[in-house]
Amino acid sequence: MTEIFWLIPFVPALSAFILAVFGKILPKKYVSFQACFAVFISFTISVVSLLGLLRISHENYPIVKTLFSWIHSGSFESNLSLQLDPLSAVMALVVSGVGFLIHVYSVGYMAEDKGYTRYFTYLNLFTFAMLLLVMGSNIVLMFIGWEGVGLCSYLLIGFWYEKHSAANAGKKAFIVNRIGDAGFLLGIFFIFVLIGSGEFTAINKAISGGVITQGAATLIAILLFVGAIGKSAQIPLYVWLPDAMEGPTPVSALIHAATMVTAGVYMVSRMNMLYTFSGVAAQIVAIVGALTAVYAATMALTQNDIKRVLAYSTISQIGFMFIGCGVGAYAAGMFHLYTHAFFKSLLFLAAGSVMHALSGELDMRKMGGLKKYLPLTYPTFLIGAIAIAGVPFFSGFFSKDAILTQAYANGQYFIWALGIMGAVLTAFYMFRLIFLTFHGQERIEPEAKKHLHESPPMMTIPLVILAFFSVVAGYIGLPVVLGKNLNWFGRFLEPVIRVSHEAHLEIGTEWLLILISVAVALVGIYIAYVFYIRNPQIPHALVARFPFIYKLLYNKYYVDEIYNAAFVNSTVKGSEIIYDHFDLKVVDGAVNGTGSATNFSGKILSYLQTGLLKDYALVFLLGAILFLGYLLFF
Amino acid sequence: MIPLSYFLILSIILFVLGTIAFFIKKDLITMFMAVEIMLNAANLAFITFARSANSLDGQVIVFFIITVAAAEAVVGLAIILLIFRQKKTIKSEDLTLMKG
Repeated sequence: MTEIFWLIPFVPALSAFILAVFGKILPKKYVSFQACFAVFISFTISVVSLLGLLRISHENYPIVKTLFSWIHSGSFESNLSLQLDPLSAVMALVVSGVGFLIHVYSVGYMAEDKGYTRYFTYLNLFTFAMLLLVMGSNIVLMFIGWEGVGLCSYLLIGFWYEKHSAANAGKKAFIVNRIGDAGFLLGIFFIFVLIGSGEFTAINKAISGGVITQGAATLIAILLFVGAIGKSAQIPLYVWLPDAMEGPTPVSALIHAATMVTAGVYMVSRMNMLYTFSGVAAQIVAIVGALTAVYAATMALTQNDIKRVLAYSTISQIGFMFIGCGVGAYAAGMFHLYTHAFFKSLLFLAAGSVMHALSGELDMRKMGGLKKYLPLTYPTFLIGAIAIAGVPFFSGFFSKDAILTQAYANGQYFIWALGIMGAVLTAFYMFRLIFLTFHGQERIEPEAKKHLHESPPMMTIPLVILAFFSVVAGYIGLPVVLGKNLNWFGRFLEPVIRVSHEAHLEIGTEWLLILISVAVALVGIYIAYVFYIRNPQIPHALVARFPFIYKLLYNKYYVDEIYNAAFVNSTVKGSEIIYDHFDLKVVDGAVNGTGSATNFSGKILSYLQTGLLKDYALVFLLGAILFLGYLLFF
Repeated sequence: MIPLSYFLILSIILFVLGTIAFFIKKDLITMFMAVEIMLNAANLAFITFARSANSLDGQVIVFFIITVAAAEAVVGLAIILLIFRQKKTIKSEDLTLMKG
């Protein structure tokens, strides 16, 4: 059964195609069924493929299925070929599994929307592109998927395109991603120039065979990472992700939390040999990740929009994943990606459920005390928050701890310290969110309160399933202190991620690090409790005391304004100048000049057209005489 | 036997007369007749050469020309008639619709 793994991306593609062509005439019930079922088939095949993969010996990895030779031009060659190895199997499982639950949730969430079929077409198309991204066996196919998810992201952020802000957010996401993708594309070009093939196996062989120098590897790795910075919303290209929350909430959960934005982490893990070989590039990845983890978390502290807090939290968590990759613990980074997919999509879906209950209210200042009204949403939200905060025995704890331990073990103490700081902030802002939304006094608008209700089962069942996985997903990758063989996840990925030097710590140090992680999470939660439950005036006092810092954080460090002033406005101004002077004068001048020159010469020549029959006959006669003369005398 | 050149000279005289008439006459019917004269001048030249070369090709072409001229006369006269109905004139100088 494993051989049919190449069908995984193409089932949703077929479904998207059918919906796009026949969507108008298909009944709504059938659309929901087909869209969900297509992803469910992908999920089933992913499970079967993963089980099949476990039975095959490591030497046979990866299984490559070449469908056909796609581009063949001179020495450039690129196939349409998919591959199955532990890394792509895990990703396919996460994408199709979480994707399926979010499809089901969307059936409830989008039920009243007039763009229902269009929504599911895009969502299926996205699933296809994302699965292609993670299963392509060469970097060109990865790029196709990479651009495909970018396109779907644009379409879905701007899904409610009549809303000005949504249309703008879509454009912003698309343009900011283009900046990163330009770097990614350059990286691909360098790979083809220096290595001659885009197949991942060939790239790995070239690196271990010493075909490229360390400098070249660093150049390629950094260029590829520029693409990852754009797609995974890291400093300095993160600005599009908070605005992307204009899209429907399930989209935020699927694309802007669980799958697409983590594509950068997947890419770095896929190219792990390149980054390890380069060294410098890996260090840059770790630094960017660590800075983003803290920086984004600080911005999450003051936001009042429930989805924006989660957006900044996503940026911060992806930073954690990059820390893992950057310090050489690719498996830990992937592990965090995997657990994060569950609890972050859970948080988004639960936030969507809260919005649904409050007739679309996003502002936490108009919530509070919702605990008793939402008996299913509240516990699931709480589980998600506990998981992301890093409380022991929940999935987020294991993955975050794995990353931080590895950072420490590899001697990256500065990065480890930043990570710890990020972890405190994470626990704090997540529980600030919980307390403001579900506890304390009610601040609900009377109008919204009338319609207050728990969401339908179509929405709550996915929440419960995701909550279950948010708890247990971590148990496949237990810390090394509990036993070497319990880190099943890490061992499973080993054939893909060749660990060059495994850093070992003494048992005592490891336990100490775990204790610090636990303490950090609990401290964060406790501060949030003191601030928002026991002494609600403390935050106000702090704001009054440090108005500058509060304003800076509240306005997101004014980065949007700085970018506007530095890049956007200058581009717009420059374009206007070019329009006024070059387009209007040179280009339009040339075009209009051609027109008036033709007009003028036509007017001159028109004097020859006298309209008199005799004149024409005379010209005819002269022509005949000249022609005869030519024949006679020459 | 009349020499060949006599026929050819007659043909040239007819042709030149036709041409001159075409240019100096004003009404369309006369111009049309001038054209017919030119055609017949050409016919005469064809017959002359056909006789001297002892070949039938030239005579065949003459038949063609006579046929075409007949058809042309029909169409041409019809056009002139219609022009007269519309403009009440058949003077060529008065017809300058195509002036640029």
